[in-house]
Amino acid sequence: MNLNIRISTKIIFLCFLVASSATLGSLFFSDIMGFIPCNMCWYQRIFMYPLSILFLINLLYPDDNVYKYTFPIVVVGLLFAIYHNLLMLDIIPESIVPCSSGVPCSTEYISWFGFITIPSLSFIAYFMLFILLVFGKEK
Amino acid sequence: MANKNNNNTVMQNKTMIVISIIILIGIFFGMKYTYNQSQNNKTVTLSENQSVLFKRDSSFTIGPDNAKVQLVEYFDPACETCSQFHPYIKDILEKNKDKIQLVLRYAPLHKDSDKVVVMLEATKKQDMFLESIEASFKTQRNWAGHDGHNLNNLWGTLSDLGLDMDKLLEDMKDPELMKIVIQDIEDGRKLGATKTPSYYVNGKPLQQFGLQNLKDLIQSEMDK
Repeated sequence: MNLNIRISTKIIFLCFLVASSATLGSLFFSDIMGFIPCNMCWYQRIFMYPLSILFLINLLYPDDNVYKYTFPIVVVGLLFAIYHNLLMLDIIPESIVPCSSGVPCSTEYISWFGFITIPSLSFIAYFMLFILLVFGKEK
Repeated sequence: MANKNNNNTVMQNKTMIVISIIILIGIFFGMKYTYNQSQNNKTVTLSENQSVLFKRDSSFTIGPDNAKVQLVEYFDPACETCSQFHPYIKDILEKNKDKIQLVLRYAPLHKDSDKVVVMLEATKKQDMFLESIEASFKTQRNWAGHDGHNLNNLWGTLSDLGLDMDKLLEDMKDPELMKIVIQDIEDGRKLGATKTPSYYVNGKPLQQFGLQNLKDLIQSEMDK
């Protein structure tokens, strides 16, 4: 598997915007609107927050290695996001997920237009990053 | 020459990055302000229409009914911050006698806290409510737990206060007590008291939690 892929600056900039919007958005939900994040949300946060810093550092001090460091993180976060969304859609039963913090991961805090929930926002963010990195190779 | 151009684009990029960070953070705080403002308005309109959400006939109060400032506290006897704040609240009441009324409401958020609250509510019939609350705050670490409380230890604390425990046990069977607790929980939910302690000063929620902020909010209502 070749991880030595050069990503163009514009794509990295877009990645930075996506990751930092997701970071600030999740902080808005938890710290301002007072929603308590469930375990699954925490795992997705863990992998999203450093991405905004990694992309930012690469923008300020460019090198050709950003794909190598960010792509694996995006993939892990994306897997968590897919899993969480399957939970929300009742495709996977809740009981096999460790939710000890008191908030079940199938709790729906927001539901805009019937299909935009917090986990689906997370999935959209990870999926955008995934697509940007996969198709953002510099030719 | 090529190198110089390159440097220029790097500089332009950096400016753009910094500007976008400022915009992102600006949006964040702008939304925070808008959200808080809308929440504030919501509570204010709620309080204008339904002052009962803050005080029911069953609610325990300290201070005169016609006091200029009504301080409502939604609390959980098992909440550490509530117990830490209690002496300061008493101090505020002491310094502003006749001008402020404290209304204590239940928000039993911890597991088993509803049982504790029923127990405390029953002590009202022996006129030992405030003493019981203060004793349960003081001995909190002996009975409060995050996965459920040790009710036996709390029972011991209350009996040390000199309460008539047989009467307390009998009083606790009164189904009215649970109704009061459920009413408090419902009112708290309507007001958005999702954390304890939650304070409302003349119907205005304490936006940024903190002792000084609470004091400032009380003072601003006092000065009106």
